[in-house]
Amino acid sequence: MNTIERIKERRASGVSVREVVEPAVNAAESLNETLNAFLQIDRAGATKRAAELDASGETAGALAGVPVAIKDNICVRGLQTSCGSHILGNYHAPYDATVVERINQAGAVIIGKTNCDEFAMGSSNENSAFGVVRNPWDTARVPGGSSGGSAAAVAARIVPVALGSDTGGSVRQPAALCGVVGVKPTYGRVSRYGLVAFGSSLDQVGVLAANVRDAATVLSVIAGRDAHDATTADVPVPDYASELTGEIKGARLGVSRALLGEGLDAEVRASIEAAIEAYRELGAEIVEVDLPTAPYAIAVYYIIATAEASSNLARYDGVRYGFRAEESENLRAMYRRTREAGFGPEVKRRIMLGTYVLSSGYYDAYYLKAQKVRALIKDDFRRAFETCDAIITPTAPTTAFMIGEKVDDPLAMYLNDIYTVTANLAGVPGISIPCGLSNAGLPIGLQLLGPHWSEAILLRLAHAYEQAHPIDARPPVCAASD
Amino acid sequence: MKNGWEAVIGLEIHAQLNTETKIFCGCSTRFGDEPNANTCPVCLGLPGALPVLNWRAVELGARAALALGLQLNERSIFARKNYFYPDLPKGYQISQYDRPFSERGTLEIMTAARDEGGHARDWRPMTIRITRLHLEEDAGKNVHEGLPETDRYSYIDLNRAGTPLAEIVTEPDFRTSWEAYDYVNHVRRALQWVGASEADMEKGNLRCEANVSVRRVGSEKFGTKVELKNLNSVRFMQKAIEFEIERQINLIEAGGAVTQETRLWDDRAGETRVMRSKEEAHDYRYFPEPDLQPLVLTSDFIARVHDEMPELPEARRKRFMYEYGLSYNDAAQLTSEHTLADYYERAAQTSGNPRGAANWIRTELLRELETDGRTAAESPVAAEELGALVRLIDEAKISGKQGKDVLVEMFKSGKTAAVIIEEQGLAQVSDAGEIERLVGEVLAANPKQLEQYRAGKTGLMGFFVGQVMKASQGKANPKLVNEVLSEKLKA
Ligand SMILES: [Zn+2]
Repeated sequence: MNTIERIKERRASGVSVREVVEPAVNAAESLNETLNAFLQIDRAGATKRAAELDASGETAGALAGVPVAIKDNICVRGLQTSCGSHILGNYHAPYDATVVERINQAGAVIIGKTNCDEFAMGSSNENSAFGVVRNPWDTARVPGGSSGGSAAAVAARIVPVALGSDTGGSVRQPAALCGVVGVKPTYGRVSRYGLVAFGSSLDQVGVLAANVRDAATVLSVIAGRDAHDATTADVPVPDYASELTGEIKGARLGVSRALLGEGLDAEVRASIEAAIEAYRELGAEIVEVDLPTAPYAIAVYYIIATAEASSNLARYDGVRYGFRAEESENLRAMYRRTREAGFGPEVKRRIMLGTYVLSSGYYDAYYLKAQKVRALIKDDFRRAFETCDAIITPTAPTTAFMIGEKVDDPLAMYLNDIYTVTANLAGVPGISIPCGLSNAGLPIGLQLLGPHWSEAILLRLAHAYEQAHPIDARPPVCAASD
Repeated sequence: MKNGWEAVIGLEIHAQLNTETKIFCGCSTRFGDEPNANTCPVCLGLPGALPVLNWRAVELGARAALALGLQLNERSIFARKNYFYPDLPKGYQISQYDRPFSERGTLEIMTAARDEGGHARDWRPMTIRITRLHLEEDAGKNVHEGLPETDRYSYIDLNRAGTPLAEIVTEPDFRTSWEAYDYVNHVRRALQWVGASEADMEKGNLRCEANVSVRRVGSEKFGTKVELKNLNSVRFMQKAIEFEIERQINLIEAGGAVTQETRLWDDRAGETRVMRSKEEAHDYRYFPEPDLQPLVLTSDFIARVHDEMPELPEARRKRFMYEYGLSYNDAAQLTSEHTLADYYERAAQTSGNPRGAANWIRTELLRELETDGRTAAESPVAAEELGALVRLIDEAKISGKQGKDVLVEMFKSGKTAAVIIEEQGLAQVSDAGEIERLVGEVLAANPKQLEQYRAGKTGLMGFFVGQVMKASQGKANPKLVNEVLSEKLKA
């Protein structure tokens, strides 16, 4: 399997960047017919970049010569940034997101932009205006969302790592459904500059990777304060990969029995129970934690996220860029027709919800109350982390479901985020790692949540489990050959 | 205003803060550049761009707040004001809402009624309550003229989008249009004084809106208010308010009712016109801006702003009275503008005669400046030179009358007083010996008059002085001539 480490070894033995990147681009192109993971594959740009890196002979960068895929809601200069929406259609970003600047600085080669739910709103990738992404483990099933394209690209072994964004679980949930590692950093850990906003107080750029070490390497590259994002914090960035000691003896792992009850698929539950046992065997101490406000998280999330989205998406009005409905009789008609034709149904639903909860007369009952409950959720976590170093939960209540299975039931779809949204509301980091396959051969993910700035501990815990329980070496049914 | 009626007026001023760069990005705030030249992903509202607060705008906002007597809030919050308009790139304006930058101001202004000719009568102090001053970004500009196919297309210039503004809102404390007029002028001067804003309404960096309602005198209840916009000068604002008060009174007296609406001032027609009614009013759906941290002013920051603030006009006026012995009127006039007050202080110091310098500036210099349409800062006569002139007069090098001519010449030629006196041979003769010689000559030449004087006709004193002055070609120091003459005539 292609990992950053393996690429480095191959480079050291004389393999060129071109020889690493070209097969990745080939795989992206050939698998895309089945997976639809990429919205744009930049063969020309990647080839040129590989040639430049080969000519410079530079090998020092943490990601030197590593092919990377970028979710299509993160700006890469000169490439499209559609956010999976018709309204941005052919929009090409004139600037690089800070995370893109940083991975380029570290020597990465961007091979393309990955498919996603429109404006990152969805848990199945079925909300992309450009077609659903298929799960490499079973192409009749969804990859999860909204970073489904990035998760599928990593799962299908096209790239070792990809960038995604996580507003309510959009990195972790597809990581779980596609059997890869997904990291959602602490809010403020990674710059959002150039990440197209969905829920500004919840959004964080995250990493999808084939293994924990690669995720750690990429996180060290992209993390840290950014003068362009006032919400980034000036907290030192460790070399996360060097924290992967394998040693977790004495770590206190919190378990909330309430979270392992109703609504959870039996196979997933069994898998998580087994993982808890595995951690105990590795020397971790298992402690019971209580998160009494967790049941309100979904409601709070869908108020705050939609409120912010209704405002963030106001700029798509057909005036300056992106799609515009032509020949409108007046300004109002241009706005209405542009947005009517440009946005998909789920985005419209959320804009309407968000507009409603911010409206005069409803603000206090919805938005303000949601903010109050959000503060309680933060408090819950703060209290819980007084007695443990991390909390273990399932990442998603089920394995990958069938394409079309939940499209007509938004509430059922929203419940997919039940384990993940709390981290975004509290601003704490989370990581999803594979913890086995179901009887149907579908990946199951476990989630670890930690206090603010605890990425190093989460990665060490994840890594220790991964070392002790390597995932099935079988590749998914749809994957690049090594 | 008609008998029995009272107007209730509140004002909202938007002042552009005088920063080099915009409030949330690094683009220039320069006026008059090519359309959209001063833009970037942030102020264009491109997907993914984020605002970062410009602290210079905070500093100037703090200065403005302190100059207007507001209390700075140690913690304020930016909020999004959501509405759709083509000149608003993000679909929301970053402003402040329930936790503004500063609040609870009380400002003393001077105001006066005006007579038929518009001349102020009886200046009196008045206290205005300022509700709040908050920070926000400006929008861009829609362009409907001067470009191809303007019948089919509108154009947008976003150079102004993101320019920092201070929004200053008063309580409904004004009862006449002239009070409002005097308040806006006071605010303009104060903002200019502390360097917070150019506050020039013609350039559009100070904009004004008025809320006007009327009620019967004695009534506690407010009438229905009308919002007035498009007030492009202080005078337009005053005229619009005056018109609106009369319109509302007439309407009610005719049995009608005022509608809550926004009206625009049309100066050509001399009337206000409906722009939009309340039913069309926006719900701005304010909520805290998640992209920016709460704005926290540390005590160090506030102390520094205090230290860097120029002395305010009121304080400076008081100091001029106390330190230089000026009258209220003199001090008030000399502190009406920052540059004039600076000019005066420099002149006063060089002259060694602060009251003399004040008189010369008020009576002579300002007249000359006004004739040329210049400000004190643009005076061709430097403050130090004016001070030197005052000193020369005090030292009796020239007479006060000559001084006036010298100042006119200084204005014209730009030469110093000393050079002009030298060139024109104007220096007064203050040499006692020389004057005694002249007096001797005059007495010798007029024996008849001398005899008459000594016989008691002392009124001839003026004749002798005149003769001596004439003999000296006007250069003799009159005071000295008088002294010497009295002495000699006694003998
Ligand atoms: Zn800009």
